[in-house]
Amino acid sequence: MKKAYITVDGIHVPIEGEKNLLEVIRKANIELPTFCYHSEISVYGACRMCMVDIEGRGLQPSCSTSAADGMVVKTNTKEIRNLRKMIVELMLAHHDQNCTTCPKSGECRLQEIAQQLGVSKVRFKQIHDFAPLDDSSDAIVRDPSKCVLCGDCVRVCNEIQSVGVLDFAQRGFSSTVVASFDKPFGTVECVNCGQCIKVCPVGALSPKSQIDGVWEAIHDPKKKVVVQIAPAVRVSLGEYFGYKPGAATSGQIITALRMLGFDQIYDTAFAADLTVLQEGDEFLERYLKGQNLPQFTSCCPAWVKFAEQYYPDMLPNLSTCKSPQQMFGSLCKDQLTKILDIEREDLVVVSIMPCTAKKYEAKRPEFFEGDNPDVDFVLTTKELSLMIKEQGIEFEKLEPGSYDMPFGFKTGAGVIFGNSGGVSEAVLRYAAAKLNHGKMLDVRELRGPESTRVAEISIGDVSLRLGIVSGLANARRLIDKVRSGEENFDLIEVMACCGGCINGGGQPTSSDQEHLSKRAKGLQDQDKMLQFHSSQENPYLQELMREDLTEEKAHELLHTFYQNRKRITLDDIMIRRPEQEAELSIKICLGTSCFLRGAQTLYSQLTDYITQNGLDEVTEISASFCNELCQKGPVVTINGKILEHCTFERAVQELKKVKSFAH
Amino acid sequence: MENAIAVKFDRVCQILEQHQRDPHKLIPILQEIQEEYQYLPEEIMTFVSTALGLSTSQVYGVATFYSHFTLSPKGKYVVKVCDGTACHVKKSTSLIDAIAEELGLSSSGKTTEDLLFTLETVACLGACGLAPAIVINEQVYGHMTPESTVQLIKEIKAKEAQI
Repeated sequence: MKKAYITVDGIHVPIEGEKNLLEVIRKANIELPTFCYHSEISVYGACRMCMVDIEGRGLQPSCSTSAADGMVVKTNTKEIRNLRKMIVELMLAHHDQNCTTCPKSGECRLQEIAQQLGVSKVRFKQIHDFAPLDDSSDAIVRDPSKCVLCGDCVRVCNEIQSVGVLDFAQRGFSSTVVASFDKPFGTVECVNCGQCIKVCPVGALSPKSQIDGVWEAIHDPKKKVVVQIAPAVRVSLGEYFGYKPGAATSGQIITALRMLGFDQIYDTAFAADLTVLQEGDEFLERYLKGQNLPQFTSCCPAWVKFAEQYYPDMLPNLSTCKSPQQMFGSLCKDQLTKILDIEREDLVVVSIMPCTAKKYEAKRPEFFEGDNPDVDFVLTTKELSLMIKEQGIEFEKLEPGSYDMPFGFKTGAGVIFGNSGGVSEAVLRYAAAKLNHGKMLDVRELRGPESTRVAEISIGDVSLRLGIVSGLANARRLIDKVRSGEENFDLIEVMACCGGCINGGGQPTSSDQEHLSKRAKGLQDQDKMLQFHSSQENPYLQELMREDLTEEKAHELLHTFYQNRKRITLDDIMIRRPEQEAELSIKICLGTSCFLRGAQTLYSQLTDYITQNGLDEVTEISASFCNELCQKGPVVTINGKILEHCTFERAVQELKKVKSFAH
Repeated sequence: MENAIAVKFDRVCQILEQHQRDPHKLIPILQEIQEEYQYLPEEIMTFVSTALGLSTSQVYGVATFYSHFTLSPKGKYVVKVCDGTACHVKKSTSLIDAIAEELGLSSSGKTTEDLLFTLETVACLGACGLAPAIVINEQVYGHMTPESTVQLIKEIKAKEAQI
């Protein structure tokens, strides 16, 4: 068949299955400006920056137009140039131009495009006030004065994460991107993954900075400030200093952290090794007993909150292990206070994380002792780069340094935690040894760029089925299959961000697949270069387990619990209240889990029953939006008695019983 | 307020069933719910989003996009005073002031506490020949004066008092 071609500014370019004209034009080495186009989410066509002139069709947005054979396209006419400038000017007219103090400065797409197009003056005046900044969330700050309404955050949250916290509200001039009912960000279903920050072209969404608090602790002579670095940070921080993605700069990072004034430099991967041991034992126990399988990993705080909100019935299947960050925190506050002989309040634990959800995790009340958190501050990769720049450190010229002992020593198993599949691989290496089947290294079946992977692994006569999933929409699809019985697994590893922590919300913003693969490879190479590859071989960990961590202590320090989080955080609604005092009180849970289990039908049946039996005058009916018994839904409460897995017959039986007592 | 939500909850369930809980039918569902409640209560919108498998932000987005939908309770009688050009030059603002005073509405409040009246201004009713014009629910009244408007409101109040 004859190949199809288009002509772009006089250049012949073949069409090779690209999903739109914009992708074909890129092959002519022309990068059209865009705000709302991201290859991994749906095409929206809102910003109109990628307009091109198609012969016979006039101006068309190239992102939402398919390429067709013989198309003649111009990307640079007077009309197009004027149009693009006008769009940028209109955006700037309703954009807080305090660029020098904006967290996105230097990486801002609006700044970049305005300069690129030579927009030197804005002809339009601002005619509306900006909505106020929302910093109610522990992880993410939303600044509507910067928003350009590209809808990237709306689509990534909905399509990639299936959470859908944000959407457009109002219309015309009043259009805004907000959470439902314009509620503060900290009070809604947001799982804090920060993927919206990664796609936001401007400073409308940014990580909540904790830099000031860290400086204060460092400058306080009474405080000992220790720092832990997550695996994914070491293969991406360099990107802020001109290194290629995946370049491991652990040595320079350590030296920089010492120069910044941190007292001890440790590695989160040490705690990851500890996680492997705890989670591995937990898994083997569950596997042998056949209980609470599949076991879900619990390292990712965005996933944990997601599960608490949408899959409360699956919470018993989550590993009770704290995440490495939190294991590290509680271990430090327990051990280091003794070793250094200081008060808990004077030991400040800082973590450097590729993640915004870790900021939220550190603030969960169960990770506090009194007022004092296990982890005091969480900085993203970006925030660390800013501190290094603030101090004037010439990062690329630094001599490498080494971690402090004992919590700076790790095996390769702890390092690969930063990649999707890494936790599973680390646990498998441990399980293989534990089941006396020797060393199992390089489990390549678990790796790969696909966001959902299934692997069947045999360890001797034990055959395990593993699910590895990243991106919460993918997780949702997989778990729904598990729920319906269509799929069956022993262990499921969930990471909220596609590709794992290397693509976290606190990382450099590129989510280009090639960049991610390089970061992933960076961590795999680190694993290869380390002396040990299985967590149980970590000598410092062995010593810790032998000397200090009794089973009881380990349980107290290293494990946690989960809670159902009502998705609908509202009071009960009174549906019927009789004039006189009610003899019968019926409360029906209509929360998500109960709803899916038929609570609405049950509600209709019961109200009909009440009316048919002439009980309207004596019955009070209310609906609650979660009784915290999601595994046991539908839940109906009759005169205070909770009926789990309630059926219509069961409820009627109870009603008759109560009614006969009443008379 | 509690009872306003109360009685109609059954209807919400019915409406959802009639539309097979189809998320594509969100707009007709919201329209019918608004007919029941005269507005869209937050609890009910949240329930609808659960039932349809949509995020609450999507439902909120749709409800705020169309000016037909309202998120705050409206009175039994919605009084729309036209403030289009023709009505404006015929002193429609004096009608607005008169109604507000009669109903005891402040500049911020639009609905009376007893949920009987809501006062709204609209840009043009297309009844310029009758300027200044007001519409109460579906009924149009033309050539109004502050006195005749207040009289109209008083008549409704009297009628309601009898019920």
